[in-house]
Order: sequence, then structure tokens, then C-alpha cells
Amino acid sequence: MNNREQIAQALATSGYIADSELATAISLMQLLKRPLLLEGEAGVGKTEVAKALASVHATELIRLQCYEGLDQSAALYEWNYQRQLLSIQAHRGDNPDAVEDQIFSEKYLLERPLLAAIRRDKPPVLLIDEIDRADDEFEAFLLELLSDFQVSIPELGTVSATTIPHVVLTSNGTRELSDALRRRCLYHYVDYPDADREARIIMARIDGASASLSLQIARMVENIRKEELRKVPGVAETLDWAAALVGLDVRDLHDAPETVHETLMCLLKTHEDKARMGREVTERLLGKVA
Amino acid sequence: MSCCGPVPDVGEADELARLVSSKLAAFLNTLRESGFAVGLAEGRDAAALMTSGYVAKPGLLRSAFKHLFSARKSDWERFDGIFDAFWLGKRVRSRSTTIGSAKAANNPSLKGMPGNRTEPRTGGDTTTDQVPSADGADADRGGQGRMEGASRADNLAEVDFRKLADPEQIEEAHAAAARLAQTMRTRLTRRDLARRRGYRLDLRRTIHSNISHGGVPISLVRRRRKEKPLRLVVLLDASGSMSMYTGVFLRFIHGVLDEFREAEAFLFHTRLAHVSDAMKEKDAARALDRLSIMAQGAGGGTKIGESLQTFNRWHAARVIHSRTCVMIVSDGYETGDAALLGREMAALGRRCRRIVWLNPMMAWEGYAPEAAGIKAALPHIDLYAPANTLKSLTALEPYLAKL
Repeated sequence: MNNREQIAQALATSGYIADSELATAISLMQLLKRPLLLEGEAGVGKTEVAKALASVHATELIRLQCYEGLDQSAALYEWNYQRQLLSIQAHRGDNPDAVEDQIFSEKYLLERPLLAAIRRDKPPVLLIDEIDRADDEFEAFLLELLSDFQVSIPELGTVSATTIPHVVLTSNGTRELSDALRRRCLYHYVDYPDADREARIIMARIDGASASLSLQIARMVENIRKEELRKVPGVAETLDWAAALVGLDVRDLHDAPETVHETLMCLLKTHEDKARMGREVTERLLGKVA
Repeated sequence: MSCCGPVPDVGEADELARLVSSKLAAFLNTLRESGFAVGLAEGRDAAALMTSGYVAKPGLLRSAFKHLFSARKSDWERFDGIFDAFWLGKRVRSRSTTIGSAKAANNPSLKGMPGNRTEPRTGGDTTTDQVPSADGADADRGGQGRMEGASRADNLAEVDFRKLADPEQIEEAHAAAARLAQTMRTRLTRRDLARRRGYRLDLRRTIHSNISHGGVPISLVRRRRKEKPLRLVVLLDASGSMSMYTGVFLRFIHGVLDEFREAEAFLFHTRLAHVSDAMKEKDAARALDRLSIMAQGAGGGTKIGESLQTFNRWHAARVIHSRTCVMIVSDGYETGDAALLGREMAALGRRCRRIVWLNPMMAWEGYAPEAAGIKAALPHIDLYAPANTLKSLTALEPYLAKL
């Protein structure tokens, strides 16, 4: 699976309509064994890339959602304390060394995403979501893991990777990532899709969306994105909106301007934006949609 | 190299490989000079890519290299241009028409770059000028170049920016503003260090840390004040009425932000944009290029109040602490609600240490702060100063140093 066309095809069958550069990125991931860093506005489908990648490789997706204060015990491994306590109780009076050996064995180890990802039989896709939300320290730790693919657990020893996962990192740019991490990764900037591609995405994802309606919706959203909005609608919002319109049995946007305006709530997520997109603005934009 | 037709004999193959790798090394250098973080590992991977069929089509290689060498959005966006310039010999799209260098058209194509490269920056060298103008300017930058710059600046020091018509002059003013910002920065830093020396002895700690010497005070511990460094937050009005001044100020701010210990910059016209990232671009012309796009106000008008509201609501908590000086550069012509501006200024004043308002129009003959906007804002301003000439900008320095 090194061929770009094959990858694009496989992505398409899994429901992800990629631009040609993304296929290159994925083929490079395999060739160079580097993680892929995806940046882009919220809602452009960064997480979807990882999901699609997992289905392309027909493998498991292991997801690590980052947040402030995320630490090793939540990301890497933890001991199953309750079980250890129970075990100590049950073996009271036994040889203490034996008990200790027992409670610090694999059986009592809880795998967290990072550890799980390197101990699978088949390389999984490891999605490290919103890495920019994690702290600097965690980023440094991650860097180490991503270069060595081994984890040392003091009580147990070093766990080496049985397999190197396909690593995808996403970032929304709320914090500047370290240069070291950026350098280790392949970089791909996920932009809002153009109208054509967005229309194809709608058709792939929403049952019952006709080609003409999809294109209309995509063009309309493209126009809305050009308005000065606080929160620009992403692809996920477009899909919501398309689903709403299909559900309300709209065949052509021009036939139902009222419905169009009322369902804009799927796209506009702040009060301010809602106020900005008045009825006449909707109509003006609708006029631009052929 | 699978794409090269008949298989060359061993000697030729070596020669070819050597050529390719030297060309690749030159490309990596070009990228580094353009601010890409390219290490050895990337070079190795690039070489691997060149032998793996990616060379077959330039478009494919470009896309592959783009993923490999880019590390952030700004890299991502300008990579194609650099690649084309280097490998395909196309000239770089002429930079910056509105604000940047007046000699944009003379920019040498990147292809020529490895030849006339400027000296690499050395660690402690704070005098390095970031202004990438073509020919000439490079030469008078080293050594006594700074002296000359200062004397040249004298002629311009008292000329109102809007009276500069000649592109050469404008370019000089821009460069002078950048230099000024840099000297201000270094002097501020030095003053900070000078003051820190000579703090009094901390007896308790001295005794404690010398217990191991039996109480003989061999190593002295001095009292130190823990200081958060001064932070400068600049809000620049980029509306139409300020257009004659925006260019110079952008250059000035770029200079101040560049390596200033802590600084943030925002642009506003009818809305607010956070531009620190663009400003941190090392290459001034490129930074300004990016900014000039953001600076183009959508429609007319300046909504200072609304922009400040956005700032207070979304950014202030993050960028302002108790040692922050907020510098607003605007003519104060508010087209929105002046009362809102007053309220937001008050809110801002409560958060930060000082508010400096620079108004280029203040020095105009017969100017009085009568615009509703500036009237509402005045009570909350700590320093209201003109800033229409380089001299008036220089006058700010002691004030900033006092913070």
C-alpha cells in the first residue's frame, strides 16, 4: 500500500475524500516511518483522517485525547491498585517477595493508549488528538516515545514495541508546539475543502443528498465562510446542515429560502454570528449560488 | 535514480549522485535561510525520497518535500514558491506591494541565493538587522553601518511619515523604524540588568548556605527581586484613515516584537486580528507581506470599541498581566459606539499596568482631541503621545524603560 493512487482510492472507499497531497503524506508516513502532524481550523476533518487511515489499513484506531494536565498515568500505563490491594490481602502471610513479584506483573498493569499502541500484533493507528492542549512536559515525553518506541516501567523493566504504530497528531494551534516535535513529524495543513470536494464529501456521507443539492450546499457554505464570522463553520457543520436539509426534504435551496435560513443554526454557533447572518444576508448569499 | 534513461556507468552514476546531493544540500540551505527548521534527519530522508521514485514528477517531489520540510502553517504556505524558485527556476512572486520593501522588484530570485548569502547570525549578536532589502543595504550594515544608519535617520527623524513620498525615502524610514525598535529593545534589556546588580545581601540565606563552611560567609547570597519581565502588547489601527502610517508602524512593531522578551501584537480595523505569529516571522518583508493582507480593512470604518471588546473578552486574560504595557496606535476616529470604547478602555485600564496611546495626528497643526472616540478614551490613558516622526517614537523609550 505505497502507491498514492491506491491510497486515495482506499480513503475514498472508506468515506474520506482526500486532496491529492494528503495521499502523498500518507504514503510518506509509511516510507519514512515518521508521524504525521495535521494542523488546521477546528472542524476541517483532522480526526477523520486518522479514522480513515485506520480503515484503509484495516486496523485498530487507538485514540489519545490530550488535555491540560494529561500525565503518564493517563496516557501510558497505570497499575491496577485495587486489584493489587486485593491480592495483597488474599496472600497475607505468604512470602513477601513472591507477593511483590506477583502484583507487579503484567496481569496488574493497565494499558493506556500509548502503551497499548506499541504492544499490538498488527500496527494500529495511534491518534494523538489536540496535542496542543497537553503541557510542554507531556510533549517532551511524547517526543521521546515517538523516537524510541519503548517504554520503561520501573517495576517491570523496559517494554519495547512489538510493532510501530502509524502515528497521527492533530493540533488546533491553541499553543505553539515545540520545534523538536514539529521537526520529527511530517506536516500537513488541512484547509477547508473547496466547493467541489465538499460536495463530494456531502454525497459520500449523507444518504439521499443529490449531486446538485450537494454542490449547492457546498457553494453556500463556501460563501458563508467568506463572511466575517467569529466561528467559521467546518466540514462537520456542513454535514449537519446537509443532513438537516435532506431530512426536511429540501431538493433545491432556491425552493426553500425560509428553511435554508432557519436551518443555518447548524452552521452558526454563536449569537453574534447568528445576528450577522440576517435574512437578507442569507438571501444575498443564496443569490450567488447558481 | 530510476528516471534517467539509459543506465549510466559507475563513474557517471557517482558523478550524478554527487551533483544531486550537492544540489539538495544547497536547497536545504535555502530552506534554512528562509526560516525552516531543517535538520540532518530531514536531509537524510530527503535523499532517500530522491532515490525512491518521487523524482519522476516535480509536482510529486514538491508535495513530498513540502510534507517533510514544513513544520507550521507559514512554512506550508510558502514552500511551493521556494521550491519552484529553486528547482524550476521560476522567480518568486514579487513580495509586498503595499508596505514592505520599496525595492521588491529587485529581489533576487532564490536561485541566486546560496551564492550571495549574508553572514549567518551568531548567538549574542543583537545588532543583526532583519531587513532583507536588495543589494546596497546589506553592505552598510556591518561594523560602522549602524553609525551610518543613525546619521541617515537624522535627516528623516523629524519628517512626518505621511510626507514621505519617494519610495526610497519610505524604505529608509521603514528601515530606521526597525533599527530604532531594535536599539530600544536592547537598551531596555541592558537597563534591566544594570539595575539588578547591587542588590543588598540576604543575610539569612548567606548564613544558611554557608553552614557547611562552619558559618564562615564564603559565598554571598544577594537579595533578588523576582521580576516578571515587561510585556508589551501593541494594538495597531490598520484602518483607512491610518493608512499613511501603518507601514512604518508595522515595521516598528516587527522590530520590537522580534525577540523582545514578551510581546504580543494585534491589528484592528473593523475587527481584531492576533498577528504575533505573523510578526515573529524573521524576514521583515515576509512578515509585512502576510500582514498587509490582514491589514486590508474590510470596508471602511474603525471599530475601536468593538475591537477592544473582542480583545478584552478573548485575549486579555491570556496576554495581559500586571506588568503589561498596552500600546494603542490609532487616530481615534471611532466609527462605532464611542461610549463602548470608553467602557472597554476602562476595563482594559483595570487589567494592565499602563496604557500608551500613540496618535500620529496629534502633531498636526490645529489638532485637538475632539473626535468622540478619543474623547471617551482619554481619561483612561496614561500616556498620550504623538508618533508621526521617528523622533517622537524615540521619545517613548525612557517611558517604556521606567515600567
